[in-house]
Parts: sequence; structure tokens; C-alpha cells
Amino acid sequence: MSAPADMGAHSGADSASSFARLARGTMARSLGLVLLGGVVLFLASEALDSYNDLQLASGAYYFVALAGLTVLTGLSGQISLGHGALMAVGAYTVALLVGNEQWALVPALAAAVVVSSLVGIAVGAAASRLRGPYLAGATLAFAIGLPALAEEYPGTFGGANGLVIEPPTPPSWLGASFPLERWEAWIAGAGALVVVFLMSNLAHSGVGRSFRAVRDDEIAASLCGLHVGRVQTLAFVVSAACAGLGGGLLAVVLQLAAPGAFELGLSLALLTAIVLGGLGSLLGAIWGAAVLVLLPGWTNDLAHSFSLSTKVSANLPLAIYGFVLIVGILIWPTGIQGALRRIMGLVRRSPQGGSRELDKHSTSGSGGAST
Amino acid sequence: MRARSYKVRAVGTACALVVALAIAGCGSSSSSSSAPGVTATSITFGTHQPLTGPAAPGYSEIAAASQAYFDYLNAQGGINGRTIHLVIKNDEYNPTQTVSVVHQLVLQENVFGIFEGLGTPTHTKVVGFLNSSKVPDMFVASGCACWDDGTTQPYTFGWQPNYTIEGKILGQYIKQHLAGKKIGVFYQDDDFGTGGLAGIKDEVPASQIVSTQPYQPGGTNVAPQISAIKAAGAEVLIDFTVPIYTALGQLTSFTLGYKPQLVVSNVGIDPTTVGGLLKTFSKGKAGTELIEGAITDGYLPSSTETSNPWIALFKKIHAQYDSGAPFDGNVEYGMANAYTLAQSLQLAGKNLTREDLVNAVNEKGSQLKGPGLVPFRYSKTVHGGYSGVEMGQVRNGQIVLFGGPLVTEPTAGSPITPYTAAQPAPPSSGVSVP
Repeated sequence: MSAPADMGAHSGADSASSFARLARGTMARSLGLVLLGGVVLFLASEALDSYNDLQLASGAYYFVALAGLTVLTGLSGQISLGHGALMAVGAYTVALLVGNEQWALVPALAAAVVVSSLVGIAVGAAASRLRGPYLAGATLAFAIGLPALAEEYPGTFGGANGLVIEPPTPPSWLGASFPLERWEAWIAGAGALVVVFLMSNLAHSGVGRSFRAVRDDEIAASLCGLHVGRVQTLAFVVSAACAGLGGGLLAVVLQLAAPGAFELGLSLALLTAIVLGGLGSLLGAIWGAAVLVLLPGWTNDLAHSFSLSTKVSANLPLAIYGFVLIVGILIWPTGIQGALRRIMGLVRRSPQGGSRELDKHSTSGSGGAST
Repeated sequence: MRARSYKVRAVGTACALVVALAIAGCGSSSSSSSAPGVTATSITFGTHQPLTGPAAPGYSEIAAASQAYFDYLNAQGGINGRTIHLVIKNDEYNPTQTVSVVHQLVLQENVFGIFEGLGTPTHTKVVGFLNSSKVPDMFVASGCACWDDGTTQPYTFGWQPNYTIEGKILGQYIKQHLAGKKIGVFYQDDDFGTGGLAGIKDEVPASQIVSTQPYQPGGTNVAPQISAIKAAGAEVLIDFTVPIYTALGQLTSFTLGYKPQLVVSNVGIDPTTVGGLLKTFSKGKAGTELIEGAITDGYLPSSTETSNPWIALFKKIHAQYDSGAPFDGNVEYGMANAYTLAQSLQLAGKNLTREDLVNAVNEKGSQLKGPGLVPFRYSKTVHGGYSGVEMGQVRNGQIVLFGGPLVTEPTAGSPITPYTAAQPAPPSSGVSVP
């Protein structure tokens, strides 16, 4: 698809040079961000014990999927209740390629991205014809239907039992005692950094602006020469690719692809996580990933701190989880990220910026993504 | 302006990451002892159990019963001066959750070992991790042959009879008493069901088996499988199922007007559990009468055999420490398995390392006697549990064992022989070891 027009109000040579500067600025900023994130992740993985390294790895693969979903929902305005199924596509691709075909990790993860993108094209093309509740319904059906395929074809996908893959081996130069969990955190963290770089650039590119244009007003966007259906499909494919990578990393970290990991609950949890974290923002996706990883443990501990019968305490965590989500959304309608931004007062000091928000401007404003 | 907001953003991002990681770092704890999970006065095991989800009915009682048995022992001073503690985590019978909670138990809770981890599809996903981490994986609550490999999985031990052993003994009964009848098999589509099916096929001529229908745990419609077995004309229906699928299968048979002779693996027949499920599913219209007359087997005395001193002891402990649950086969299972762990700890001695526990079972496990009707098979290479079962039948809603215990090996063609040694009485306090 051709690069959509720069939505800014520049013209002629001025436009060309400012566009180049803009691209350089965005690229440099994204690279800086990735470097910073890499250093923080590295130091954290060194400081944390094995279990928390594993939590970090889980947070990283959830973040990868959430970053894609927040682009889809926050930027292009489409909803998807089917991202759990797209994660399943990535996970099963990796499990089949690494487990059965002995592929190396990186090509297998790349294949997971490709396969889930292809599925994303199919679902996205259908999705671009649907609106609101119909879109939610269609993707919901996808979320329910796809993992059931694993149970329908147990010969290929291992049924409810799932497919097991060997744990990734840390390279020998890291030493024999290098913990496997830290290596997993590095792998998943690297995936997350790649996604930060790509999504942050995408959001500030012409493509990102075309997403926002379509979200804000489809008629205006098509009058500007945008093919609304194609833009929406592209957004879906981008988020599907992220979900596929997230799912593939999940399979690597858990050494397992089983339908139990990709139940409808996952798709719903992903959606609630980006809303609770802060829609349309990469930082919000980080908060969302932290919620997904940490909240179940906290609710469990809380449920067991009361001395209740097993039957009650086993079911209580889910109830508390739901309660926290509802209260969270009520208190912070703009998500954790939105609340933090308000608290830090950054919005007031710098109305045009101050946060790593993907969706900085609506396209009806002047200048497009100028920062 | 641009440069400043850029800096603010960078700092903000860094802060957010650091805070997120700091939160992730909370709750980390480290053990000062050289062997994790054990101190001079206590030892902690962890377990993964289906407290909710498709396998929860019945099975959710097991770990609580083990806990009750440990409470009883702890009240008497524990084993080697150590009280035994059990951290129970809910994995919902979902393999992905199992991976997650077992990592948490080992890496965060620093348990000494895993005890009684429940389920074939679930526990198979953590055996590799536990063995590479050299964590004792004691007495898995599943009869999969997958635990029976002391050579490649030295830290994992099975406990209940291997499903192939059970299938063989059930198969021999069918060969002798239901000769020539057409057989349909309804089984869970994993090593549980296929192991049992292998045992049946070892004894019963292949031509007699007219239909084998697997199910995936999680779904609730078993009409396609039961209809296919009925359509194949099976006069005997063998279930290698967890309780909820025994109940669903029987309800479906009832609806279809299909009344074969039922044969069920001992893991799927506990009458209290299955009867309760039947009652719930049928809104009170059906109950244990749908499994009345079913052929099954057992390797522990029937939980309704109150004259047995082990059952009397377990009932007493149950009344004191675990009265919330009904006393049934699941409770008995949890207590009997806990007794075997306590015996093993006693054998392993006062100065306890993880290797000591494994070595103790390798060397003396086969001599352990307790509530079991048959001996254990443990050795350095064989890590399977009980060596056989006694045939049984559901009569008046209770399992009645008959014919005496039978033992065999899981290998095809190995003979099935009676086991006649008497069951020892329970010790008046604590545990007794050879």
C-alpha cells in the first residue's frame, strides 16, 4: 500500500525538508527509547531473582501483544476481542517449528509474525467491513473458535495437552550457571524492545496519522484520498503481527503452547489491560502488562489472607480481579497512564507533549505529529 | 521546547519502567538454608491442584486431605522434629497455569519439593523443569506411565498404579467375565486415556473392541462419542475418564437409552463425587443409580469400609482437621499419599537434602507398607507407584472390592499374579517405616 499523505499543512520544498527532519527526530527518539529500555531491562534482569526474571519475561510478552492492540484500538479505533487467538497462532507456529522442525528461535519467531500477519489480513479484511458491536462480535467468535481447532486436530496440535518445546539454552559464553529464567527475560525483553521501536516509529509516521485520520472521521479521511478499508486492515495486520510475536514469546517462555493459555479470558484480559493501562499509549501498555502479570498473584494472596473454605478462596481471586478492574476504570477513566500524567502535572506544563503517548493529536489539529 | 519535553519524556519512561520493575521485585524472598524449604523445625512442599475448572469436582478435596494428615502428624511433633507444610496452588487443570504456579512454588516460595501435583496433561509440563532444577517431585497424583522413568527423570516419582497396569487388570477381568462382548472405550485424549487403553488392548482381543472415542477435557458435550459407541453396538463401555466425564457420559447414555455394562478406571468412579455431579447436572433427577453395578478397581481399601483400621484412622483425622469436605475416595487418596510422603521423609533421615529424599525412596520405597493393598514398585530406575489393583464394583452406591489384590508390570505380556501379604495396621502415632 502506498505511503499515505503527510497530514501536516506543509507544502513544497519546506514540506520535504521538514519531513526529513521529522523522520530523523522520530527515529532518533525511538532509538534512544529502545536503548534506555534495554539498559533498564538488562539491569533489572541482573538484579532480580529467577522467579521475578520469569515475571519480567511474562510482562514482556504481554507487552508485545498489548502494544499492537493499543495501536489498533487507540490509534485506528477498532476493537478486537480476538487477540488471544492471534497470540495462539504465534505460539503454535513457534511450537510446531521449534518442536517438530528444529528451527532456531529467531526464524521461528519471525515465522510466527508472518503467519499471524497472514491470519490478521484475513480477519482484518473482514473486520474493516464491520463496525462497533459487530466487529467485537466477529473477533469474539474468532477468539472462541480458533483455540478449539487445537482440540479438533489433536494429531497436529496436541489437543488440550498442548505442544511442548525444549527450553531455550543460554549461549555458553554466559557461563554454565546463567539462569534460564534470565535468558528468557532477555529474549522476551528483546522482542519487546523491537516492538517499542517499530510501534513508536509507526505511530509518528504517515501510516500512524492515516490510522488516526480514519479513526476520527472516515469520510474526511477518504476525501483526503485514504482507502479506509485498507488502512483499517493494515492496522489490524500490524496488531496481529505483534500478537503473534507475543504469543511466540509466550511459547518460548512457558515452553508450551496449549489451548488453555488462549481461552476467551485472555482476549478479554488483553483488552481490559490496555484500557486500564491507558489506551493508545506504549507506556499504558507497560502498565497493562504489569497488571496482567502482577494482579493475579496479588488477588490470590489477598484471597488466601482471609481464612475461607477452599471452595470460596479458590474462586475469590477472579472476583477480586474483576472488582479491581471495575474500580480502576471508574477511578481512572483514562487508565493508569492518564492518571499518572494528571498527577505529575505534565499535561499542564506542556500541553503538546510530556508523555510517550502514541495518540498525541487528533488529525483535525494543526501539524499532525510534530513532536 | 522540543528538547525539554523529550527529556521529560525520557525521564518519565525510565521512572515508569523502574517503578514497574520495583513492583515486580516485591515479594521476592530468599532462603538462607542450603536446602530450600527445610529448616530444623519445618519442611515445606508445594502442590498444584485443580481447585476450580473441569477436574475440580472431587479432586479439589485431595490436597486439603493431605494437609489434614500433615496437621495430624504435626500435632504429634511432625517427622524428625519437623512439621510438614503444604502450599497449595490452583492450576485449574490448565497446563499453562501449572507451568506458572510450579515456577512460582519453586522459585518464589522456595519449596523443598513438589508433592502430589495433580493431573497428566498438567504435570507433564513441569517434569522437565523440576528435574533440571533437581527438585523432588514426589508422588504425582496421576497414573501416567510418564512418571515411571528413574533414569531420565530421577527426581519424579509416581504413586498410584500406572494406568496401563490398571488397564491390564481390568482387561483380564473383561476377558474372563465378559468374554466375547463388544467393547467401546471412552477415554481422555492424553497419556491417561491412551495408557489405560494400551493396558486393555494388552489383555482383550482387538476384534472385541468396536469403538474407541476420545474426549478433550474442557468441553461439555460428549454426545458424539457416546452415540458413536452406542452405534457400534458396544455391550461394554470402558471409561478412562475424570469424574466429571464419567458423569457426563452416563447422563448422555441415559438420555440415549443406552445401557451397557459400565467399566470405569478408579480415578473416575468415586461414587460420592460422580453421584454428586450426576445430581447437579440432572437437577436432582439422577444420582449414583446411573453408575450402580459399574466394574472398577482399587488399590486402597474402599472409603466406606469402616471396619478397616486405616479408614477408621483417616475418618478420625478427617473429622478433626478437614470436616468441610465429605469423606470419600478423594479424601482417602490425599491422606494415603500424605502418609507415603511422611514415611519417605522418615526414611530420608534428620539431615535432609533433596537428594536424600530421592535416594530414600529409590532404596527402600518398595518396602514401604501402609494403607495400600499392593506393594510399591520403586527402585533406582522404576519410579512408578503401586504395582496393581483389586477388582471392585459399585454396589448400593459404594465401591466393594472383591477377588483379592492383583499385581503386574506395565510391560506388554507380563503376567498378572495375586498378591496375598496382609495389610499392616496403622501405627498408633506417627508413621512406621521398614
